[in-house]
Amino acid sequence: MKKLKILNLKKAHSLATERSIKLSEDTLDQKERANGFFQEVGDMALFIKQIVKETFSRNFEFKEFLRQCYEIGNKSLPLIIITGTIMGLVLTIQSRPAMAKFGAVTMLPGMVAVSLIREIGPIITALICAGKIGSGMGAELGSMKVTEQIDAMEVSATNPIRYLVVTRVLAATLMLPILVLFADAFGFIGSWIGVNIKGDVSLVLYIFQAFGSITFLDFFPAVIKTFLFGAVIGIVGCYKGFTAGRGTESVGKAANAAVVLSSLLIIIVDMIAVQITDMLS
Amino acid sequence: MINSQETNTDTISDEKITSEVLIDIKNLKKSFGRLEVLKDISLKLHNGENLVVLGKSGSGKSVLIKCIVRLLNPDGGTINLLGKEVNSIKGKELSKIREKIGFLFQSGALYDSMTVKQNLEFPLVRIKKDLKEAEIDHKIKEVLENVGLADVLEKMPSQLSGGMRKRISLARSIILDPVIMLYDEPTTGLDPVTSDEISELINSVQEKYKTSSIIITHDIACVRLTADRIIMLHEGHVYAEGTLEEFEASDDPLIMSFFK
Ligand SMILES: Nc1ncnc2c1ncn2[C@@H]1O[C@H](COP(=O)(O)OP(=O)(O)O)[C@@H](O)[C@H]1O
Ligand SMILES: [Mg+2]
Repeated sequence: MKKLKILNLKKAHSLATERSIKLSEDTLDQKERANGFFQEVGDMALFIKQIVKETFSRNFEFKEFLRQCYEIGNKSLPLIIITGTIMGLVLTIQSRPAMAKFGAVTMLPGMVAVSLIREIGPIITALICAGKIGSGMGAELGSMKVTEQIDAMEVSATNPIRYLVVTRVLAATLMLPILVLFADAFGFIGSWIGVNIKGDVSLVLYIFQAFGSITFLDFFPAVIKTFLFGAVIGIVGCYKGFTAGRGTESVGKAANAAVVLSSLLIIIVDMIAVQITDMLS
Repeated sequence: MINSQETNTDTISDEKITSEVLIDIKNLKKSFGRLEVLKDISLKLHNGENLVVLGKSGSGKSVLIKCIVRLLNPDGGTINLLGKEVNSIKGKELSKIREKIGFLFQSGALYDSMTVKQNLEFPLVRIKKDLKEAEIDHKIKEVLENVGLADVLEKMPSQLSGGMRKRISLARSIILDPVIMLYDEPTTGLDPVTSDEISELINSVQEKYKTSSIIITHDIACVRLTADRIIMLHEGHVYAEGTLEEFEASDDPLIMSFFK
């Protein structure tokens, strides 16, 4: 009896130590993970700081910048046009019954125009570009990193941040608003088609109705927002590519992480932008 | 085994390399997190020699030569490169000294998005900004001839074979007439015949351009063809140093495992 008690005690004791070891291991794990998170945030802040510094340095890589602008526009324009048109069309068809209920079908073009310009155009374009451009940057820079092309550039007296990153970030920042304009324009066309399925509105009248309800306050904050979306896509894509690991599998990881993180950040930036716009108006 | 004499490297002028010791590394240390890759490495590269650095995969050979051109920052020790302390220079001065080094990366590091011609031009137009079109073309033709290739200028790197890519990389790294060549596993991943061709090419570059080289490898055929002197790395230290004959005559099991 006595023996058993001791045994139990021992058992309890060893169990307790085992658990506390496991617990402390867990906390260590968690701490490491938390550290990893803060490390990443810090790294990205440093990365952005470097980008800003190199952006304002004297030797701007203008040729590479133009090439990137062309690449970005060329790559995503068809996709943006198709999606924009369909979005306008679908939005119109979906909203018609609700508008009809209130006897406000004539307001349909105006309502669609406002939602396209304020939200649908920018966010759809940004998310598509996050998938198309962001992943492309992550994969391209990631593979350049893995195959030592970035190192080779550095020993050829070329600052890789200035040559590869600044050009891409600026190109994305500049091109995104332009792509959004395309998405909006083709959204209008899609919406006009949608209106005409069940009615008969000439394009001129449609445009009159649509633009009649758009104010400067619909347009301006949306444009500012899209610049930010472009910057987010460029920075995240380049950061993920630049910090890719050392094996070939890290290229895929970099591309994937670029899409996930930039999409998430775009939604967050959008939310903040909407809040600010709401407070101002 | 061989011991090198101490030479004063402080007197090198920018134009002419007269000194005997081009690279002088003392007590180099480099870790990644908890992984101590280089613990205490000291070595010298003399003018005109081919120094082979031997070691198995993951022994830190690439880390060592990346420290030499400051692609990695060492944690301790000093690296004297052509009379300059690599760890204390930056910006223009660092670029200036890197111009004198040709670096053949293990993976070739050709820019995927550029044609062969654009790849070869890259160091030239980046560093010597006042070169004329004709001079650039002439230079490109010359290095291509020296690596035994022609008619590839408009091709993309992905259209070339492994051996050809190595040659183009080599051409790109000699296009600035380097004083020192650093080869990172020049023959890894190539078939034996192509490997020997590349090794021969290293020798001919050495002769034509009067370079001194550090050749990193674990390919013994390449060692036999190119080495004047060999250093072997093991667990972050210099394990052995000597000539090819001395290495081949050694009865040390670790060395024998390479030379069997
Ligand atoms: N940039 C880096 N970050 C983290 N670890 C690295 C890095 N570079 C090299 N290592 C590690 O250092 C060790 C030596 O690498 P390396 O010098 O490439 O070996 P090798 O002798 O085969 O060239 C390896 O374990 C590698 O994982
Ligand atoms: Mg290596």
